Amino acid sequence: MTVHAAPQGDRLYAAHCAACHGETGSGGVGVPLSLPSFLDGIDDEFLRITIRQGRPGRVMPAFKSLSDAQVNAIIRHLRSWSDKPAPTYTRTTIQGDVEQGRQLYATHCAECHGENGDGGKGTGVAFSRKRAHDIVPPALNNRAFLAAASDEMIRRTLQQGRQGTPMQSFIKLGLSGQQINDLVSYVRSFELQQATPKVPHDGHVEAAISMESAYSLEETVENLKDAIISQNFIIIREDTLEHGLVREGEDDPSEKILHFCNFKFLYDALEVDPRIGMFLPCRVTVTEIDGKVTVTTINPVYLGRLFNNDELHEYCVEMKALYTTILEDATL
Amino acid sequence: MKQRLGGLFLLLAAWQLPVIAMAEDLIMTRSVLAFPEAMLALQESIAAHGYTVSRVQRIDVGLTGMGYETDKYRVVFAGKIEEIRQFTDKAPQLTPFLPPKIAIFAEGGQTVLVTINPQQYGEIAGDAIDPAIFDRWESDLRSIFHDVNSAR
Repeated sequence: MTVHAAPQGDRLYAAHCAACHGETGSGGVGVPLSLPSFLDGIDDEFLRITIRQGRPGRVMPAFKSLSDAQVNAIIRHLRSWSDKPAPTYTRTTIQGDVEQGRQLYATHCAECHGENGDGGKGTGVAFSRKRAHDIVPPALNNRAFLAAASDEMIRRTLQQGRQGTPMQSFIKLGLSGQQINDLVSYVRSFELQQATPKVPHDGHVEAAISMESAYSLEETVENLKDAIISQNFIIIREDTLEHGLVREGEDDPSEKILHFCNFKFLYDALEVDPRIGMFLPCRVTVTEIDGKVTVTTINPVYLGRLFNNDELHEYCVEMKALYTTILEDATL
Repeated sequence: MKQRLGGLFLLLAAWQLPVIAMAEDLIMTRSVLAFPEAMLALQESIAAHGYTVSRVQRIDVGLTGMGYETDKYRVVFAGKIEEIRQFTDKAPQLTPFLPPKIAIFAEGGQTVLVTINPQQYGEIAGDAIDPAIFDRWESDLRSIFHDVNSAR
């Protein structure tokens, strides 16, 4: 007979959540989960759907492989951070005036949550880097948010705010019950216009950008330096692919790497996603095999697909264009 | 005996479960250690697993040198020369991703590590490389991240 032990929420949380949300839920790459105003304002269904669906295009991945028992165990672990019982909400539609809500949204919400509910820039909590918001305002037009949040939950958030975040109580701001209902209806209307994730997950995307050079290896390297500088990058160094892996002088000289950076671009990109070290530093590899010289870079759009971050995707598209220009300039 | 070994494997797998984000495109972990201690633990574990750190790119130094404020942020490149040579020879499309790297950065007094799940390299390489190598890389990376996570 097989006996299955009940999943341990603390271990599952440590395995799947803590790297981003912090071991005690204080936040990081992910938003803080242990805020009393957060835990006491959301129901278990919100957490369940959020874990299952993630936030498409907003970093939080979908944990589809977890069993129901495991998801419930994680939720119990989160609940252990609050001494209050979880609220319960019905899925009743709140009737409000969408047009009135639109105007109220523009006045009271758009500055943080974006004109179209796209949410704030960046990820989670800004512990170590400066940015506009200490805690990223959620994307209200995100289809997974709208699936997870009931109208009643949105209304309660508007009524009470989120202590410990910039989100204020709209009652304290002087809005009436009807105005709050209007706002709920407007947020719900995002379902009709919600943005689809920009990151391409379907279809083939080449992992690398590669071009054959008409020049010798040395000439191609010099051409690349000129092309890199002309695109406002700074060359950091030139070495071989094997540098540091073998003793000095034993590395293969037919595999060169140019490392370069645009620090303004890097700084801005770090605000969007602190995990972008996987792209760093920018570099081009030049190889010579049987007299054929090839220049290669990563395709940032390919790599960017791993991050589930629409904002980062926009940077990746820009980087791909810059890399392509540099490679073309150096090889044609 | 086989059952016992299976049980032992599951026990070991469960032991490692709490520390590493599992089965994703990116593998991440968090260390309660401050950045310098976490970086030391990382480099020691990389070496203990038989890999060579080929370079540490000091992203934060470059940024602050250009006038941008940032906390500690480094990228650690590591690999095994014979594997790197095999990859560039048989799967040149992997070349711009080599050597593999780990980003390590300070976050609120703790340290976060992130790397690409090596299975992604396997997808890029296609049939050119034995997938067992990427399985081992993934296993080693999770073990390295476990070491850093549990270091005190």
